[in-house]
Amino acid sequence: MNIPENLLYSKEHEWLSKTDNVVTIGITDHAQHELGDVVFVDLPDIDQRFSAEEAFCSLESVKAVSDVFTPVTGTVTAVNESLLDAPEKVNEEPYGEGWIIRLRLEDISQLDGLMSPDEYSQYTQEEAT
Amino acid sequence: MGLSKTSLNNIHKKLGGRMIDFTGWEMPVHYGSALREHFAVRETVGLFDVSHMGEIEILGKDAIPMAQKVTCNDIQRLKDGQAQYSALLYPEGTFVDDIVLYRITSEHIFICVNASNKEKDFQWICQHQEGSVEILDRSATYAQLALQGPRSEETLQRLTDVDLSAIHYYWLGHGKINQVESLISRTGYTGENGFEIYIPTAAAPDIWESILDAGTPFDIMPAGLAARNTLRLEMSYPLYGHEIDQTTTPWEANLSWIVKLEKDNFIGKEALEHSQRAGVKRKLVGFEMLDRGIAREHYPVWIRGKQISEVTSGGPAPFLGKYVGLTYLPIQYTELGQPLEIKIRGKLLKAKVVPTPFHKK
Repeated sequence: MNIPENLLYSKEHEWLSKTDNVVTIGITDHAQHELGDVVFVDLPDIDQRFSAEEAFCSLESVKAVSDVFTPVTGTVTAVNESLLDAPEKVNEEPYGEGWIIRLRLEDISQLDGLMSPDEYSQYTQEEAT
Repeated sequence: MGLSKTSLNNIHKKLGGRMIDFTGWEMPVHYGSALREHFAVRETVGLFDVSHMGEIEILGKDAIPMAQKVTCNDIQRLKDGQAQYSALLYPEGTFVDDIVLYRITSEHIFICVNASNKEKDFQWICQHQEGSVEILDRSATYAQLALQGPRSEETLQRLTDVDLSAIHYYWLGHGKINQVESLISRTGYTGENGFEIYIPTAAAPDIWESILDAGTPFDIMPAGLAARNTLRLEMSYPLYGHEIDQTTTPWEANLSWIVKLEKDNFIGKEALEHSQRAGVKRKLVGFEMLDRGIAREHYPVWIRGKQISEVTSGGPAPFLGKYVGLTYLPIQYTELGQPLEIKIRGKLLKAKVVPTPFHKK
């Protein structure tokens, strides 16, 4: 399972990468494996505001619809529109071209509740048992 | 209560199968890529474990009259070794279940039923027992594999002396696969050429592995429930609990071809004659999304600003590169091209009624 060193992780299997007060959010390699082929991505609108633990996006696999939850409160500054035509990027490059949205953070301290790569690795192992 | 497991459960997990609860059975939904599994079946060959399906046998000299009474299709037309798609109906003419029935001999009827309906079907048939017959639930005895796709025959022929080319569509052959006595039926739920194979439960793991080996030259893939569903959806085959149930009739579900009203009394006949005379009020139709979105089961279907029905099945049609679905519509809205809107996460997205099956061979 691929868990890059430079990212933060949520219990709902999202990854976050922070630049200034904006975070990029996607789903982890583990999450895309569990989901299977992503065939549709329903993205939010720019400037939409989401509170922590709110669903901001729906990812649809062949069989099911899964919500993606933001672990932090913020306003959408960008969405990855290329996923509309190429949803498979979520599977192929979950940490790269498969990113989903960027959010402007309201409270930077919310990042403290996220997991380090080591913690996330342990978390996924514990979840599996 | 724990989930039931087929004899292939460990193999599925070893193959990377993502296991889900499917009507009480722990089954693989996919083995990594439902899309690749779907394409494997359309283009080469795929192997499904469908051991969760039930098998009921009616044995004895009155097996045929007994089966005639509880099913709506006509068995009299069948020869030994022939199969038939049919249904068990309530007196109201609605579905207990849809089934595949095999006439093994005139004193031996073999019925394959949906996993979720197995107990109900068995009870139903037993309740209507008549004459000299024995009714057996043999679901634990049999494992069932579905080998589907254009290369399925070449794959299976490597493992059996039975001349598969002699088994025609909806016929059954007996013989050995890997030295194990098997029932080999040229049937399926994918729209592709293929076989459904009934074997003793204990023999399933070996036969599964042998089939995967034999199919290696054709890039065979094990395939899960997600692909099984998209394959049947492309063919617009009904699925019990979705398109058909205790509230729907064969007339409405476009299954009038399995109802033989000229046959002597069968359960549901009177009600079906009556509803046919009265005129069918709604019909199952296929639709295709025009706007970007995937219609899923239970999503509301709107026409001219109000909700008319809901989606019974919907999803991607991978081979067609479209998103499609099925729904019941009042008869006046069933014409091809009828504009619809599907409510997806609060938004009304455009769709239209199209011909079925979606996938035409």
